[in-house]
Amino acid sequence: MLHGLWKLTWLEIKIFLREPLGAFGSIILPVLVFVVVGRFMGGRLPSRSIATSEFVRVGLPVFVSVLIALSGVLSLVTIVSIYREGGILKRLRATPLRPQTILTAHVLVKLVLTAVTMALSVLAGKRYYPINMDVPIFGFTMALLISTWSILSIGFVIASIVPTARFAQPIGAAILYPMIALSGLFVPLPSLPPALQALARVLPLTYAVSLLQGILKGEAWWAHRGDVAALTLVFVICTALSAKVFRWE
Amino acid sequence: MGVSGTPRSVIQVSGIRKTYGTTVAVSEVSFEVSEGEVFGLIGPNGAGKTTTMECVEGVRRPDRGDISILGLNPFRDVYQVQNRIGVQLQQAQLQKRIKVWEAVDLWASLYSKSVDAARLLEQLGLADSRNAWFMTLSGGQKQRLFIALALINDPEVVFLDELTTGLDPQSRRAIWDLVRGIRDRGKTVFMITHLMEEAERLCDRVAIIEHGKIIDMGRPEELVGRHCPARTVVLATANALAEERFRAIPQVETVVRQGSQFTIRGLGEEFVSEVIQCLSENRIRVTDFRTMLPNLEDVFLKLTGHSIRD
Repeated sequence: MLHGLWKLTWLEIKIFLREPLGAFGSIILPVLVFVVVGRFMGGRLPSRSIATSEFVRVGLPVFVSVLIALSGVLSLVTIVSIYREGGILKRLRATPLRPQTILTAHVLVKLVLTAVTMALSVLAGKRYYPINMDVPIFGFTMALLISTWSILSIGFVIASIVPTARFAQPIGAAILYPMIALSGLFVPLPSLPPALQALARVLPLTYAVSLLQGILKGEAWWAHRGDVAALTLVFVICTALSAKVFRWE
Repeated sequence: MGVSGTPRSVIQVSGIRKTYGTTVAVSEVSFEVSEGEVFGLIGPNGAGKTTTMECVEGVRRPDRGDISILGLNPFRDVYQVQNRIGVQLQQAQLQKRIKVWEAVDLWASLYSKSVDAARLLEQLGLADSRNAWFMTLSGGQKQRLFIALALINDPEVVFLDELTTGLDPQSRRAIWDLVRGIRDRGKTVFMITHLMEEAERLCDRVAIIEHGKIIDMGRPEELVGRHCPARTVVLATANALAEERFRAIPQVETVVRQGSQFTIRGLGEEFVSEVIQCLSENRIRVTDFRTMLPNLEDVFLKLTGHSIRD
């Protein structure tokens, strides 16, 4: 069945790149935004200011990474609902392909595209960021993979419950994007009111941001074992949940 | 073929029932399909045809009843079954921008055996569009591609669900020829249609289903003979004595005259010969002569009291 998985994954990548806005929207646009913002921030703000450089060095890359991951998830949600609505999932299901293989292929496509976008952003960013960045690329990539995988599992649950493809994108965005506000990326968690702090603690993105920021700052994985555990827990729960509620047609 | 020379039964369905909420889609449906035959499930939309077929394919599980296909249980052995059958689904789609050859290539990789993809595309008249995106294909081309996908694994049983719905008459005829080709290769075909002409032309045996129940089953001509034994002869003659002679034929039920045209209805296999004999014995010269045989459409009307299109 692995043969089918690689073939399907490769095919889905090709099909995605054939979409009129596929490559532009998911790869080129994020990189462009990153470069433009980076240039603006890096060029105009005094890099000596500790607060600013902290944001440019850690906050901005994490913010962009999270945005890219979320757009990947949203696009997964949309594609799955389009496939369901159009009867494509149904057609694939009437073959010896296992359902898990189909979903895994789509996850791999999103991970590959996310990785390519990130790599391009880092390459482009290196040129425009004046600050001497000593980025732990491998660690950060691992942290991003874990985060994306975990958020993708939330995407599965959303994809399972949205009624039609037309609702997939807005519902997905309405669920996912507000998490950014409470993720601790812009406002430190301790300065939030207790109720919001409690809410932030149950949102998976909070742990993803904590992990990504920590690893980018060069902190040890061991210090972030709680984040990894939380993200894994989200993945396990959401995967089990979506297996229960997933509709093929 | 079995040892005794009778065809082996490849699909056995006994007493299946499927409900959706309070709606009973299929109730107490039982039938068998023999090896090498084209079996058709016919009936109006919403009669339970697709649900029945999807249960046999292992995609849907009935609430009650037993199904056996190729000696396997379609639920317990679902992947084994799907490896040996070919399926064309009603209203299925593929990815908009998948190319014809890519779809066939993907499908070929999913099964334990596959036929030569290039030759299959050639046979189905898709060789020229092998690089075309799915979204650019015409309705007939899409159906031919779905047939290709259903045949790629050299399946033992082929399922066809409303194969020609929405196609123009010309594409429809071309597809019918393809189905005859599938049968000639010794495959067992289980098809669904609401087109009586399609069933008559393709099926060795049909089951008429309505409101989730099979109301009769048999070879098309058998069903016609059983339910609509009347034959009709339409002829035109200027002979003044003709009407009287026609009424004298023993099997005649009615004679209707419109100017020089007569519509004569009667019962039995011999009826048409009787009419011809009457013409020859009485030297009645005719300028037109045709027989109208009842068909499955008439059988359906007789059995259900309404047309299949209602």
